[in-house]
Amino acid sequence: MIDALGRPQSLLLLGGTSDIALATAEAYAAAGPGLRVALAARPSADRDAAVTRLEAAGCTVRALDFDAREPDTHAAVVEAAAQDGDVDLAVVAFGLLGDQEQAWTDVAAARALAEVNYVGAVTVGVALGDLVRRQGHGVVVALSSVAGERPRRSNFVYGSTKAGMDAFYTGLGEALRPLGGRVVVVRPGFVRSKMTEGLDAAPLATTPEGVAEAIVKAVTGGSEQVWVPGAMRGVMSGLRHLPRGVFRRLPV
Amino acid sequence: MSRETLHGWGRTSPTPADVHRPAGLDELRSSVTTSGARGVLVRGLGRSYGDAAQNAGGDVLDLTGWTRILDLDVAAATVTVESGASLDALMRAVLPFGLWLPVIPGTRQVTVGGAIAADVHGKNHHVRGSFGDHVVSMDVLLASGDVVTVAPDGPDAELFWATVGGMGLTGVVLRATVALKRVESSFFLVDTDRVPNLDGLLTSLSEGDSRYEYSVAWFDTATTGASMGRAVVTRGDQAPRDALPEADRPGALSMSDRTLATVPFSFPNGVVNRFTARAFNALWYAKAPRHRHGELQNLTQFFHPLDVVADWNRVYGSAGFCQYQFVVPFGEEAAFRTAVGMIAESDHVSSLNVLKRFGAGNRGLLSFPTEGWTLAVDLPVRRGLDALLRDLDAVVLDAGGRLYLAKDSRADAATIARMYPRLDAFAAVRDRVDPDRRFRSDLARRLDL
Repeated sequence: MIDALGRPQSLLLLGGTSDIALATAEAYAAAGPGLRVALAARPSADRDAAVTRLEAAGCTVRALDFDAREPDTHAAVVEAAAQDGDVDLAVVAFGLLGDQEQAWTDVAAARALAEVNYVGAVTVGVALGDLVRRQGHGVVVALSSVAGERPRRSNFVYGSTKAGMDAFYTGLGEALRPLGGRVVVVRPGFVRSKMTEGLDAAPLATTPEGVAEAIVKAVTGGSEQVWVPGAMRGVMSGLRHLPRGVFRRLPV
Repeated sequence: MSRETLHGWGRTSPTPADVHRPAGLDELRSSVTTSGARGVLVRGLGRSYGDAAQNAGGDVLDLTGWTRILDLDVAAATVTVESGASLDALMRAVLPFGLWLPVIPGTRQVTVGGAIAADVHGKNHHVRGSFGDHVVSMDVLLASGDVVTVAPDGPDAELFWATVGGMGLTGVVLRATVALKRVESSFFLVDTDRVPNLDGLLTSLSEGDSRYEYSVAWFDTATTGASMGRAVVTRGDQAPRDALPEADRPGALSMSDRTLATVPFSFPNGVVNRFTARAFNALWYAKAPRHRHGELQNLTQFFHPLDVVADWNRVYGSAGFCQYQFVVPFGEEAAFRTAVGMIAESDHVSSLNVLKRFGAGNRGLLSFPTEGWTLAVDLPVRRGLDALLRDLDAVVLDAGGRLYLAKDSRADAATIARMYPRLDAFAAVRDRVDPDRRFRSDLARRLDL
């Protein structure tokens, strides 16, 4: 159960090697003992390292095999996560950024982005929705992106997948509300992490720890949609309303 | 059956459940034996502060319609009552016969079943113990559908003492026989004293409590420094009939109380803040007489000053509040002072702070009261409260103390397990009477009970 002050007992990290997912688990682990974590990711050295990292933070960790591109297995992964007790908080943190020029010119690359970031997010979301409905409680945190708010020339394939998953999770939140669940859609700007290694940071860049802090605050405070950093909300609101001719000239 | 979102009196962590209002034993039995994967739980009047009377995604049984008084034996001073009856209704029923409930908690709006499940205590714990100490016997519907009668020293005393304080996790209390006490009036002779600081308060209670049946101190947790812990001590005894003015004697055995106002809507968050709470603390202290002895007070004035305002929990806004109540053994006054200092020096301010000396505890496996000092504070939910309460948990645990499950909404399983050493024995009883853990609650999930 998530207690009166917003602390969960158990987490399910989907995309368990993601820097943001791990920083979120560490933030909760720092707030008190006894956090159970189901860490769902493809078996790899990275996953082993993630398990070690969370165990060092005091969590009881169970690794689950999870591949975002195998949607038929997603329900079973969520079910396995709930085996030792309720899942209080699930973080949908997996995603691909890819090479954007390749992404709109190469079918395989475009499809990979669509399958991981959108199809995988939806099939996982259906399974999580079913779990939350049966539990009568639970919070789903969906890592969306400001890239989904207005497509840009520079990364519109990625942006389109995030727009889709953002819409899905926003709606899932409405569906789960009367059933005791809540969905928090998180829209970070540029996050300095493994995913963006080698890229130039955009203005208002944040860190995985910054996003984790925003997630903890949103879960505690009851928010359903947050931007990271918070100032990004105003910026995106402005950008969404710019005429196309102006928007395309911006260096974003 | 209807799907309802349930929360505790602190208005935190609401969850939905299918609420059933069974009309009779057969219906109740089938609700229990056919409950789904998320289990079943009885809920009374919802006065536990946290998640004790919630069962997310499962079934909840509302027995507040089960209010009949089945037997009142005036000669023996016992009453047998269905578990859904409120203590308020029960008091009204027995008072005309010169009978009185031996234990009255801070509100009368709790059911008999709830009073047993939380093993509630009142201002007379130091002489009378808690509610479970006065239960002569009770009928409990078990997960199997069987109804058993249990008594404190009977063949199944173990189940009795697992059910007293057992937070509804052993079965459904259907009816209970409770031993009453005889009184000549519903009024009290009350002594009120102001004491200027915490040390003075502890001394005053240690020395004076044995002279009174009822004793409690309200104290200031907002003032630091030399006046930290300044308090208003109120103590008293039931007034004999001839202590009443001639004109009041015919009505000596009637209840004087009413709701004067209802908080009509939830206040915005933050109305109870450090400024208003400090002002409230200062006002409460200042309005009390320095010393006033032998004042005649009615039940509501003396016991339930908050009951005159219905739904008072709404003043805390939608964020809700945490009630934090702990007990530390005698001899741990240093830890007690540390805890009070931590609250006073934090930027969290409580308006309602109650301090009392507990007498000896009972055999209830999860019963809260144990001999020592108990303190209850109301803290509005806001940023940083989690850290303060965790630090307090550590002080309480180090001192060999514990938290009250009926008020808790945020402790963790490991801490509670160390505070309740008889938790294993409790689990053993449940292994026997409810091996599939049909009876479940959000509290039980949160604390791995």
